[in-house]
Amino acid sequence: MAEKKNKTILTAEPGKQEIFITREFDAPRELVFKAYTDPKLYVQWLGPRGYTMKLETFEPKNGRRWRYIHTDKDGNEYGFHGVNHEVLAPERIINTFEYEGLPETGHASLEIVRFEALPGGRTKVITHDVFQTVADRDGMIQSGMEHGVLDSHERLDEVLEIIQK
Amino acid sequence: MARTATTYDPFNAVAEPKRRQLLEAIGTRELPVNAIVELLGWPQPMVSKHLRVLKQVGLVSERRVGRQRMYSIDAERLKPIFDWVTPFERYWSESFDRLDDVLQVIHKKEKRHG
Repeated sequence: MAEKKNKTILTAEPGKQEIFITREFDAPRELVFKAYTDPKLYVQWLGPRGYTMKLETFEPKNGRRWRYIHTDKDGNEYGFHGVNHEVLAPERIINTFEYEGLPETGHASLEIVRFEALPGGRTKVITHDVFQTVADRDGMIQSGMEHGVLDSHERLDEVLEIIQK
Repeated sequence: MARTATTYDPFNAVAEPKRRQLLEAIGTRELPVNAIVELLGWPQPMVSKHLRVLKQVGLVSERRVGRQRMYSIDAERLKPIFDWVTPFERYWSESFDRLDDVLQVIHKKEKRHG
């Protein structure tokens, strides 16, 4: 366990087509980049708790494809796929992203993941998702992988943080 | 009315950056208008205008104390925004928490092997 928990900051300004997700890690940039590009490591962390993660295609190279499927306890499958536009170690990954559960195809978004080296061997990862429309973005946020209703009251403080950024 | 209300719920009320700034300035406190004016450095009519909108959608509540009106945030009304953004935020925050553990393990391994 990391001694001090780092916080995930999600920024989704109302009316915009983009999302920023920022997170710091207590590990050097090369290592964080490795966790994003090594399939054995990738399956260990991506996805919501309680879901199994299957990496069907994983080719972290320029112009290559990726596809994974999250499966929940009831066996429902949520597939995602895209193409890696640029995989530049250890700086950034640019890829397309499409959720397969929509009634029609064509709602692909662009994802830019930047890895910034911080002092003390730490790393900041900035994920920038750009959608075609505000509706696409809001749909993606809202779908939320069937997480169930949260008891939100205890975390109301975070709202302020999210909407201010 | 020629202009349809652009601010009928908390979502479009906070779509205006100035209103988010205003909410940020109030934070968890209860403040009179002049204190907010001082914090933000905006003209008072501007502060009052945005306060009025936030009050209309229920994000800000007003309380009379003597001759002063005190303003505070009604956090309950922020909940729809929170609920909207939470599942996605949670997806990433859970993933990243696990990534912390993965990194810790491989970091140790790499150190050991030099």
